[in-house]
Amino acid sequence: MATTIAQFENVGLRYGTGAETLSDVSFSLDTGGFYFLTGPSGAGKTSLLKLLYLSQRPSRGLIRLFDTDVVTLARDRLPGFRRRIGVVFQDFRLVPHLSTFDNIALPLRVAGVEESELVSPVNEMLAWVGLADRASARPATLSGGEQQRVAIARAVIHRPEILIADEPTGNVDPEMAARLLHLFDALNKLGTTMVVATHDIHLLSRVSNAQMMRLDSGRLADPTGLLRNPPREAGRGRRPKPGA
Amino acid sequence: MIFPFSATPAERRLLTEGRLSGPMPWVIAIMMFLTVLAAASGLALANAARNVTGGIANRITVQIVEANPDLREEQTRAAMAALAAMDGVSHVARVPDEEIDRLIEPFLGTAAEEEGIPVPTMIDADLSEALHAQLGEVEADIAAVAPAARVDDHAQFLAPLAGLIRSLSWLALGLVLLIGSALAASVILAARAALNTHRSTIEVLHLMGATDIQIARLFQRRIALDALFGGAVGFLSAVIVLLLLGQRIGAVGSELLGSASLPWTAWLVLFVLPLAGAVLATLVARFTVIGVLRKML
Repeated sequence: MATTIAQFENVGLRYGTGAETLSDVSFSLDTGGFYFLTGPSGAGKTSLLKLLYLSQRPSRGLIRLFDTDVVTLARDRLPGFRRRIGVVFQDFRLVPHLSTFDNIALPLRVAGVEESELVSPVNEMLAWVGLADRASARPATLSGGEQQRVAIARAVIHRPEILIADEPTGNVDPEMAARLLHLFDALNKLGTTMVVATHDIHLLSRVSNAQMMRLDSGRLADPTGLLRNPPREAGRGRRPKPGA
Repeated sequence: MIFPFSATPAERRLLTEGRLSGPMPWVIAIMMFLTVLAAASGLALANAARNVTGGIANRITVQIVEANPDLREEQTRAAMAALAAMDGVSHVARVPDEEIDRLIEPFLGTAAEEEGIPVPTMIDADLSEALHAQLGEVEADIAAVAPAARVDDHAQFLAPLAGLIRSLSWLALGLVLLIGSALAASVILAARAALNTHRSTIEVLHLMGATDIQIARLFQRRIALDALFGGAVGFLSAVIVLLLLGQRIGAVGSELLGSASLPWTAWLVLFVLPLAGAVLATLVARFTVIGVLRKML
């Protein structure tokens, strides 16, 4: 039976005194699932992801992550939860003065992994994303695609339970986009829950069994109620695509 | 790791600027220079106060003011015998006539000796603290055997000088505290500026699960090293100034100025100041950074 890794119930988010950026958002994410989050610019995709990777607290509603209510979670307990999440930011957010190696090693160092124990996994990750020969390069000297791969390597080096990617193919050519998606699919097959925000509807068909979530003006389109109450399959988290 | 100086090379790379690139170490050096000079002044004055009052605070001088030389001699001997017989008198000595002549020469010239002007005899006596507290009884006992005796208590005329020196010592301590506060304020400003400079890196670290303590350690370590460097420069500069000043004071040959020296314990206190400055800077940086980080999610 699939378990729920994240659950939103009637979540609303408002910045300052303005209108709600997200309104009454409710959905459940299964452990091991692959989810695309789509919607037009300004629909609230990044805001929803921020709530998911604990960069923001909602104005109202309930968010459960890893079976814990993270809305009321004490601030000093957040780091422990954040270490279970990998994030690929839209603008990569690589640390500009650190080398590719150091950027990828960052989550392991934050987690307190000894220097001697992180060299091998970081080198493996560099090879996996095809940047073994750019280990000492600074982000400014890398192409957009290379920076994207560093950001992905950094997000997955510590084997997060859930990987959140905000427009990961926004800055790369179609060929690189396909390669990145293949990489995400491989990670998902290893058991990582994937949440990928994208504009690119062509990506959706490239991952089998992926579920689509569509945001429009801060509201999640869920006409069938499947996102809120997903049908469970015994033994695995991934579900067939609706209509498949 | 709570110890601020133990960081891996990778941790050190997380913050970009080199240690000596900003004005912080030099601001700390100037403040430490002033702190050490103020503290040295305070310690030297405290030492002077001890030297000035400690040696003669319980001393009395008995003058036998008697015009008749024979009677004066008789009463002098009687007063000395009475003092010597008292419990708590450690030293009794008659001030030699030559010394008295030398003392009054600036005022009377040599006329006193040549024209036979009667000059009182003087007896110095060192009393114990307990006996000094009963000075009235001592005076009565002396007056019983030497009616022409007048007792001068050194503590009385030293009191204003000792009070002034003590006030100056407190002023020096106040200056040390003021400069320490200014140092703390500078560290707060520097820590906040550093946080703003590295805000994007901090946000990334936070989202990866770095704790406030982990992030604060990066800043406190850097500020601690800045403070140690600045403290060492300020301390050494102040020591050079103090040694040169000591030479000048020695050349003056004044007993009062000479008493304002620095014992080895004072040097030890001065040596601790840059270390205390580094600890203060580290703690202030730590609490400032943690305070700012707590306002972030």
